[in-house]
Amino acid sequence: MNEQQKLTKKDSAGSGSVGYWGSVWKKFKGDRLALTAFILIFTLFGIAVFQNFLAGNKPIILKYEGEYYFPVLFRYNQFFGTDFKELDKNLPAGDFAVFPPVRYSPTENDLLSVLEPPSKEHLFGTDDRGRDVLSRMIHGARISLSIGFVAVGIAAVIGILMGGMAGYYGGAVDFFISRLFEVMMTFPVFFLILTILAFRDPSIYNIMIVLGATGWTGIARLIRGEFLKLRKFGYVEAAVALGGTDMRVMMKHMLPNSLAPVLVDATFGVAGAILVESALSFLGFGVPPPDPSWGDVLSQSQHYVDFAWWLVLFPGAAIFLTITSFNLVGEGFRNSIDPKFRG
Amino acid sequence: MRDYIIKRLLLLIPTMLGITIITFVIIQLAPGNPVERKLQLDQGIQAEAITQQIVEETKKLYGLDKPIYERYLIWVKQIFTLDFGRSYKDHRPVIDKIAERIPITLALNLISIFFIYLISIPIGVWSAVKHGSPAERASTFVLFILYSIPSFWMAMILIFFLGGGEYWNIFPVYGILSPGAENYPLFKKALDFLWHIVLPVFCLTYGSLAYLSRFQKGSLLEVLREDFVRTAEAKGLPKSKVILKHALRNALIPIITILAGILPAMIGGSVIIESIFSIPGIGQLGFESVLSRDYPVIMAIATISAFLTLIGILISDLVYVFIDPRISFEAKK
Repeated sequence: MNEQQKLTKKDSAGSGSVGYWGSVWKKFKGDRLALTAFILIFTLFGIAVFQNFLAGNKPIILKYEGEYYFPVLFRYNQFFGTDFKELDKNLPAGDFAVFPPVRYSPTENDLLSVLEPPSKEHLFGTDDRGRDVLSRMIHGARISLSIGFVAVGIAAVIGILMGGMAGYYGGAVDFFISRLFEVMMTFPVFFLILTILAFRDPSIYNIMIVLGATGWTGIARLIRGEFLKLRKFGYVEAAVALGGTDMRVMMKHMLPNSLAPVLVDATFGVAGAILVESALSFLGFGVPPPDPSWGDVLSQSQHYVDFAWWLVLFPGAAIFLTITSFNLVGEGFRNSIDPKFRG
Repeated sequence: MRDYIIKRLLLLIPTMLGITIITFVIIQLAPGNPVERKLQLDQGIQAEAITQQIVEETKKLYGLDKPIYERYLIWVKQIFTLDFGRSYKDHRPVIDKIAERIPITLALNLISIFFIYLISIPIGVWSAVKHGSPAERASTFVLFILYSIPSFWMAMILIFFLGGGEYWNIFPVYGILSPGAENYPLFKKALDFLWHIVLPVFCLTYGSLAYLSRFQKGSLLEVLREDFVRTAEAKGLPKSKVILKHALRNALIPIITILAGILPAMIGGSVIIESIFSIPGIGQLGFESVLSRDYPVIMAIATISAFLTLIGILISDLVYVFIDPRISFEAKK
């Protein structure tokens, strides 16, 4: 079996054709809007990964008494309690400190500069505890993205298993799972999520699980439809006849052939999950304080809406741009895999 | 046909069972137990101070001394007599609390649905006719952008600019009536109400335009490819007549039946929008009950809206079969 696999792999790689995903990517690149959105998401990933280099109150490089330190990267706890701002002012000659561009940590309160409008010090202003809004937004990116992706990952696993079983086995299994679809479709899902989070501790992990556990029906319905169709294909029957176990036939032979629409749906799903997370944070049921979240910054604006425009504009724009980008990528992706649109 | 209806009705039973089971299980997930919660709410005393006797008495009162499956059965039996128990917060029957809030939410959402259809259908028809033109692509993009704007952000922006901050003070942003409006004459009161719901209705409306107009466009494009449309064109009818009289009629069917599917999303949207604008509807009641862990109200709202959606989907499926003779569900099986 292993030999055979190697052979087929070589075959497809050696033929010089770009393959399925290659042609999808080629088509996708042609869609300028979707490509721009894709680059935007990529940038956002960069921000999320390098958040401590972009915003924080610890220097990236510190030369102190002749020795080099990297407080952002190594031996984090060694620097607990160190006031780098004071240190920076009193550094001896020859020593230096390189700070991130935004010199405030997202959780650093400063009661002397509360609700300040954007200025040179605080580019996006400060919130009602004097925390730097830009720093909170940079650190919020990681939370939004990880919730979006993990929640959709959970939803995809549940959806593929449920939809796969319904489509593959049919009959009673299909009947039962289809009723479950119907139940999930009729529930006001947002209200359900709110209720569950009110009863459990609102941690990031609980939000991911709840969003995943309530968001799988779209993917499951897609997979079910595809599997119902594929089940009758010759190669699937052949795989079954060769003695492949159900799981193997489903995951190894059928799933790769129905993955494209699932990925499109998952892309829209990430946008949806990020939206729901920010709505939850906006209502106070999201990421627990003091962790930064875009929805949380926006929810503060509710109390100061008569003047604090920076608390409305920036976090909202971040949520909006992220959601739009994922939706545009999903849209471009759908157009590139849909044979109707192929040149 | 009759077989199909009977089958659909029978299929309601397991789904309804699923709805009640999920609601019931979620409430059981709650930490602590409802009795302590209830006593805290009642008397403001700490859970430790509650004597065992009071706990037992309250448990009996709410049937919590019975095993879980028995409680479930009791609860389901109550539901079918529309008895959802009493609110933990103010001891009023849950069904009364919901009944007095439904008209407001219904009014908001019906007005919003009316505008969604009023705007999306013409846009959909126009985009189908102008399919691929720069103007059509631009309008699709604008709708797509609107679709991606979170409703709570839009609400905050509108409140900031139009709700009497540093900028204009055009629209009220709190409640559904001005203070003292109870004594206004009817016409003035109606006007006051409409004035209050402009912003909330806008927030509930704009996001769905993209979805429905695209749906309308798709369904019209499909119909425009049919033979009977070509026949109508061939016999020399003007284009407007072909589209509006022959094609649109058939293309309207799917967009009307889609209504039931967007109901749950509208309830979710009401939770956010009603909370922001302090509108005393079902959404706000739901949010307040979640905040105060008022279990009976939460369970009632979840089950009632799920049942209503289920019935909505059923009706739209049946309407589909009635008005479109091409669809036969028996043939598929």
